[in-house]
Order: sequence, then C-alpha cells, then structure tokens
Amino acid sequence: MTNQQQVEQGDKKQKVENPKVKSIKDFYRRLKKNKAALIGFYTILILIAVSIIGPFLTSHDPNSTNVTERFQGPSAEYWFGTDHMGRDIFTRIIHGMSLTLGIGFASVIMGALVGIPIGIISGYYGGRIDNIIMRLIDILLAFPGILLALAIVSILGGSLVNVTIAVAIYAIPGFARIIRGSTLAAKKLEYVDAIRALGAKDGRIIFKHIMPNVLSPVIVNATLYIASAVLTAAGLSFLGMGAQPPTPEWGAMLNDGRGYMYDAGHIAFFPGMFIVIVVLAFNIFGDGLRDALDPKMKK
Amino acid sequence: MSQESILEVKDLRTSFFVEGDEVKAVDGVTFDVPKGKTLGIVGESGSGKSISALSILQLIDSPGKIVGGEVHFKGENLLDYSTADMRKIRGNQISMIFQEPMTSLNPVYTIGQQIREALKIHRGLDKKDGTEKAVELLELVGIPSPRKRVTQYPFELSGGMRQRVMIAMALACNPELLIADEPTTALDVTIQAQILELIKELQDEFGMSVVMITHDLGVVAETCDYVAVMYCGKVVEYADVKTLFKNPRHPYTVGLLNSLPRSDVDQEELIPIKGTVPAPHEMPDGCRFAPRCPFATELCHRELPNLDDVGEGEQIRCWIYTDEWDGDPEVKVYDPERTSEDK
Repeated sequence: MTNQQQVEQGDKKQKVENPKVKSIKDFYRRLKKNKAALIGFYTILILIAVSIIGPFLTSHDPNSTNVTERFQGPSAEYWFGTDHMGRDIFTRIIHGMSLTLGIGFASVIMGALVGIPIGIISGYYGGRIDNIIMRLIDILLAFPGILLALAIVSILGGSLVNVTIAVAIYAIPGFARIIRGSTLAAKKLEYVDAIRALGAKDGRIIFKHIMPNVLSPVIVNATLYIASAVLTAAGLSFLGMGAQPPTPEWGAMLNDGRGYMYDAGHIAFFPGMFIVIVVLAFNIFGDGLRDALDPKMKK
Repeated sequence: MSQESILEVKDLRTSFFVEGDEVKAVDGVTFDVPKGKTLGIVGESGSGKSISALSILQLIDSPGKIVGGEVHFKGENLLDYSTADMRKIRGNQISMIFQEPMTSLNPVYTIGQQIREALKIHRGLDKKDGTEKAVELLELVGIPSPRKRVTQYPFELSGGMRQRVMIAMALACNPELLIADEPTTALDVTIQAQILELIKELQDEFGMSVVMITHDLGVVAETCDYVAVMYCGKVVEYADVKTLFKNPRHPYTVGLLNSLPRSDVDQEELIPIKGTVPAPHEMPDGCRFAPRCPFATELCHRELPNLDDVGEGEQIRCWIYTDEWDGDPEVKVYDPERTSEDK
C-alpha cells in the first residue's frame, strides 16, 4: 500500500517536472539554432555579470579627477584612456553599466506593470472603457518618444529616477496595445466561457485565466523595449536631462566627449560603443526570442 | 405538465444589437425541463439553441442582451438575480459543458488546477482537499489513473478525455441541472456514444436534470425524454421523445425526420427541406417556416401561429392544428408526414 503510494508519488513528481523542464530545454534548443540570438543572449549575461561584479574589481575611482592625466589615449594604465578631467573612462563605463541596464530593466518592468493591466481591462471589457483607454494611448503614441520623455523629465526634473519614469510612461502604450490585441482573441476562446459558466468573477477570469495566455508576446516586446529604453535614457542624459555630473552615465559621458571629438575622440567613442553593444545585444536577442517562441517557426 | 419542473423558460427573448439593427436570436422561447429528466433542444445552426442555453446562465456578451421573458429555476426567476447571485448559481446548481473540448480547457493550467477552480469558487476547498476531490471526479467520469492525470496539461489529453474532464468540472459541485451544448459534436462516433452514456449514467446516479442541445436527432432519440424543436429562434414543437419520433406533427419536424435515413423503412431517396433558413434580419412576418413549408397558406405567410397545447403535454406552433386552418383539410386529418410521402 505504502509502496504503491510512493510509486504514485514518485510518478507524480516526475510528471510535474517533466513538461516544464522539457519546454525550457526545447526553448534553448530552438534559441541555439539562431546563432546571433545566442550571442545576444550571452552578451547580455556577461554585461549583467560585469555590472554586478565589475565595480569591485576596477583599480581607479570613477569620479576622482586628475588634471595632469587629462586626454590620455588608451594605454595599459588607462585601457580606454582618460577624459577631460583625467578620469579613467574604462572604470566609468564599468560603473555606468549597472545604471544603464538598471534604467532599461526598471523602466520596462514599470511600463509593463501599468501597460499590461490596462491592455487586459481594455480588451476584456471592450465598449466605452476600451474606447477611452485606447484614445488616451493614441495620444501618448502621437508624441515622438524622445519628445514625450523630454516633456515628462522637464516636468518632473532631471534625475535618473525621473528618466526611468519617463521611459516607463513611454513604454506603456506598446504593452497596452499588444496585450489588448491578444486579450480580444483570448476572451473569445471557449475556456473563458467555460470558466465563466463555473461562476468565476471577472477579476479571477482576467488575471488568472486570460493573463498567462497573453503574456508570451509581451516577453519578446519587453526585450526589444529594453533596447529602446536604454537609447532613450542615454539620449536624455546626453541632453543633460537625466544623470547629473559626475554620475558615470554613458549618455552623459558621450556629452562630455562631444566637445573634444576631433582631438580626443576616444572620450565619446567608448561610451558610444557600449551603448551600441547593449542595444544590439537586446535587439538580436529579442528577435531570436520571437522566433524561438513562435510555434509556427517550430521545426 | 403533471411532473415537477426544475427549469421553466417562458417567452425568453435574446437579441443582438448590431449597428442599430436588432437581430432576434432567441425570440420567445418557452420550454420546461422536468426534474430528473433530459430535455433535448434540436435545431439547425443559427436556430438559437446555444443562445437559449447561454441566456439561462446569463452568459450573453455584448452586443447581445436578454430583452424579455422569464427563466424559473426551482420556482425563482433567475433574470431577477443580481450578478453576484447569478455567479453562485453558475457551476454550482447549474453547470454547462461546451461543444469544443479542445479549446474549453485553459492550456496553461493542469487538469487538477482547473477542476479545483470550481471547488475553490463555490466550496472554498484548499489545494489538498481540492486535489483529492478532483481525483475522485476524474475517476467518476472514467478517466484511468486519475492521480497522474491531475498533474497533466490539457494538450496531453485526447478530445474524448478532455470532454470527460469538462464533465468532471461541471459535476464538481453536484449541480441539479446540467446544460450540455452539443457535447459530442467535436468527437468521433465511438467516443460520442461513450460520452452520452457517461452523461446518462451520471444523471441516474445524481438525479440531475439535463438540457441536451444538439442538431443530431440520433443523440436526441438515444438520450432525451422530452424534445423541443427550434427553428429561427422559436420553439416549433415540444413533445416527449416517443411521440415526436412516432408522430411528428409540425411540418418542420416532419421535414427533419424525412431528411434522415431510416433503418426501418425502405427509402428510395431522402427528402430534403427545400429552401434555406431566412437570414436573421429578414424574418418573415408570419410563420418563420412558411417560405419552406409545403403546406403554407396565405394565413401562414401573414400571421405567426402561437405555441399551442395540443394535448398530452405536446405543444405545436402551427396553423394546421388550429381552428383557423384554411388550407387542405386532409393535412389536418392525416398529419403532414403522409401527405408529403404521397407527393
């Protein structure tokens, strides 16, 4: 009896684990086929690791100035050279990495947290609520991204937190629209009727039964949004609206190097290069993710 | 009707409002479901059978709306209930199973989690008790190794199995009335028979009443005690199943039966019902069936007949059985079937 129960229990555990582990493995197998996406994926992992561990390993201080060592080109001592105040650019880039990635992730998560419920409610209830919400979203979309972010930052004041908020607001419409579309399709499915026929409340239907089924396009969208969030945030800092000196934010560093473009191009080059690397990594990873998650691409 | 009814639907009307037009999907439907018995609702696509069923549970989505009538469940009019009260009825006292078992289960949750939903909503069972009960229910609906199944996802089950799971979910709270909306349409024939038998068994075991919605007269003959035949949003004939098959009286019912192959009579060919169902926005003023009815007279085209009692619990919506009938008196004496065979 107990033996049989144990067997059944063991059986059960195996069954619980199997599909999930299998789907993750399956996903990785499909991602692996897309070499560029895999490179993007590993680049992101490395960047995250560097942003966490890196600041403890650098030998220079990101903010200490050294007037005698200004405008040094890349060397063994200063790998990426020094800027107009003699600060080590490599150290500053390593320290700025967590800022850039942090803004990217934080703003997208904030945008998703607001955008997803808005989209689901809009799609599920439809009618007048849908109309009002979607027109507001249209208004947000009518602004060019950087202009909207600029307007928000100039209202809130220039700081990294406000830049994150601004970029998050800019990300809301995209999430809301994607989710609304999939909710419109999902609510017509019979299992929604079935769960309603069981007496479930709207809240339960929306968050427990519809949401998990409409999230997969969001994952891809979020990855791609991180790239554009990084760009927008860097752009705002470049314009002086975001990170304030001496914060080692890449956009702000780009601005530092702007005046010395012809004499000491490396000051602007390295932050610019890293912005490109981050954006590119998220973009190609996002594209690969889309292909890997798309059942139609299954081979 | 001498028997006690668990559900009485009176003059139920549900319309869809599309671009200012009112489309009457269910237009004055009346029927009784006697306690512990099975009522079959038959009709072709678009006749309003499913909408009637959804209206009973008030699951009609905008732009649809219940515009009138009464739905008495155990003597109380459900249409007077608040949304919250209605939720307590759904899945608890009245359950519904749907046509498409492939899409009626949520793909992201295990079978166990989904059965637990109903138990959690109405009985407040926690995970452990819920799982035990789910296993019990799966066993009840004849799913082998239920303990394994509760941890599986819908995609791992076949169509027949999923329909069994749907039945298990519907039965979770011992409902008094089960509405089955074409429960076997999407299944292959052998599985159909099994599912119908299962519903029948469970009905006997729990003393449930069942509303069986179908377009398959074979299913009706096999499972139902009473039948309501629907055409264009109206019930045209209501009778017990034996009477209906032995002596169908409404020309539409006769037409339906004539268009089916029979094993007891030699048939040269099947006789189809001529014409098509009128589009919902261009319903005839008179009898809905008049344009296709071989016996239709000027009266039929002009005025809509009532659903009249014709004795022995049978109700028919046809001028032939009224005193006003102005067509061939032979039809009245011999019933439509014979005359149509003469043709």
